[in-house]
Amino acid sequence: MIKPGKMFAEVMNNVFRKPATELYPFVKTEKPDKFRGKLEFYSEKCIGCKLCMKDCPSNAITINKIGEKKFEAIIDLDKCVYCAQCVDTCPKKALAATKEFELAQLVHSKLRVTLNANIEVKKTTEGQA
Amino acid sequence: MGKVMIPIGPQHPALKEPASFNITLDGEKILDMIVKVGYNHRGIEKACEQRTYIQDIYLLERVCGICSHTHSTCFLQAVEEIAALELPKRAHYLRTIVAELERVHSHLLWLGVAGHEVGFDTLLMYSWRDREIVMDILSMLTGNRVNYAMNTVGGVRRDISPDQIKTILPLVDILEERTKYYIQVASEEVTLIERLSKVGTLSHDDALKLGAAGPTARASGRDIDVRRDDPYAAYADLSFKVITDNHNDVLGRTLVRVGELMESYKMIRQLLKNIPEGPIAVKAPRKIQAGEALSRYEAPRGEDVHYVKANGTDRPERVKVRAPTLANVQAVAAMLKNGYLADIPIVVAAIDPCFSCTDRMMVSMKDANSRKENFIDWKTLRQYSIDWYKQNRGVDMSKIKISKRW
Repeated sequence: MIKPGKMFAEVMNNVFRKPATELYPFVKTEKPDKFRGKLEFYSEKCIGCKLCMKDCPSNAITINKIGEKKFEAIIDLDKCVYCAQCVDTCPKKALAATKEFELAQLVHSKLRVTLNANIEVKKTTEGQA
Repeated sequence: MGKVMIPIGPQHPALKEPASFNITLDGEKILDMIVKVGYNHRGIEKACEQRTYIQDIYLLERVCGICSHTHSTCFLQAVEEIAALELPKRAHYLRTIVAELERVHSHLLWLGVAGHEVGFDTLLMYSWRDREIVMDILSMLTGNRVNYAMNTVGGVRRDISPDQIKTILPLVDILEERTKYYIQVASEEVTLIERLSKVGTLSHDDALKLGAAGPTARASGRDIDVRRDDPYAAYADLSFKVITDNHNDVLGRTLVRVGELMESYKMIRQLLKNIPEGPIAVKAPRKIQAGEALSRYEAPRGEDVHYVKANGTDRPERVKVRAPTLANVQAVAAMLKNGYLADIPIVVAAIDPCFSCTDRMMVSMKDANSRKENFIDWKTLRQYSIDWYKQNRGVDMSKIKISKRW
């Protein structure tokens, strides 16, 4: 049963094959459409029902009232397990998952992100660092 | 030379996860072996009782990184049985597709690990490269490579589109092609056969007696498979063979696993072809009515069992998880008896162990003066802890009230 040349074709195939791995971070693969990355918050849609807070498995999201019918979402990126259950739970579709996944920080406080009415990040706790 | 007793683990370079093996040796030959688990207890069952059913899905998904879909599906089957939810057929099919893809990725991963343990690293590189294909399919279907978050109470969260089915089918063909090559390697490559055959022998009777499950049991000629014996999800609609083998050794376990890969491809094709149209989930209540249920699921490593007791609130009263490794781990001692010390890594790896998944609450207490261990009940344990704190920390804990259940 010993056939010394049996692997030869396989070996030659692999010698001239380009590497199976990607050269990250220079080459980034496209994330699938259903990817669950960092959350996005549409404050104008939020009604403050706080169902997302109730369903979050890791207590990563907090909804605060900041004015008349105005809400902000505080997300702890280190606590979040990126299951996107809050996106499914939200009755008004005020939350959405983005494809953003490179969220590592050197300072812990930068992982606490506040998302509010202007969609853009208005205030982060960067100053405390 | 007399008998030598050596401990391997809980921390050891050859082990991927903490587990303790106390081995009695005569030269290189293993005379006796005691396997102990319990070094990786994470308190998941207790944590489940403090969270809602929806939160529990994501917690139980993290019991195991490799068979994450297994644990969430197994838990939800029990919850859905208590709540008397009738799932749409499409949800069952989607759960089964992810389950079979998960089996493919788990078996390919195991093949690589087994190759690595016997010094055949080429096999590790090849099978893990091919595993990337199935990981891509999984991330396309569910959004992530691991911890798919596919399940929800009453169905699944993500649908499959006809375009995706078209993309998946040729990829499954590539995987099948590669698996045929691995079957050829496992059944013809002389170095691999010589290394694996007659190693870690577990006879049919021992497999029955020690309650081995999954590929470990099937490689000892036990014809058991939950998918066929107690069909769940969409398995009743599928035609497939249960792969068994009579080699009884590590080679048999390899052949069973690569054989199961071929069956999985067959099943994935059937599922993708016959997937019915319709909704993917039914609306589930937040509070589950009182009741209890036991759910069985054929994980890639063997039979997974979840027990859920509901008390009418939105949190379960009790969740019990029995991971397949717990069924298989005691068989390792029987496999290695009269074997050689050098065979330990591959024989342990051959049951595809996952000790973190297995570790549940285990009370094993030693009397200071004797080596005898005994199991104790809650009442004695409470009394013991009160006495211990009084004696060692000077705190009297006996006034603290505890829940009536205990």
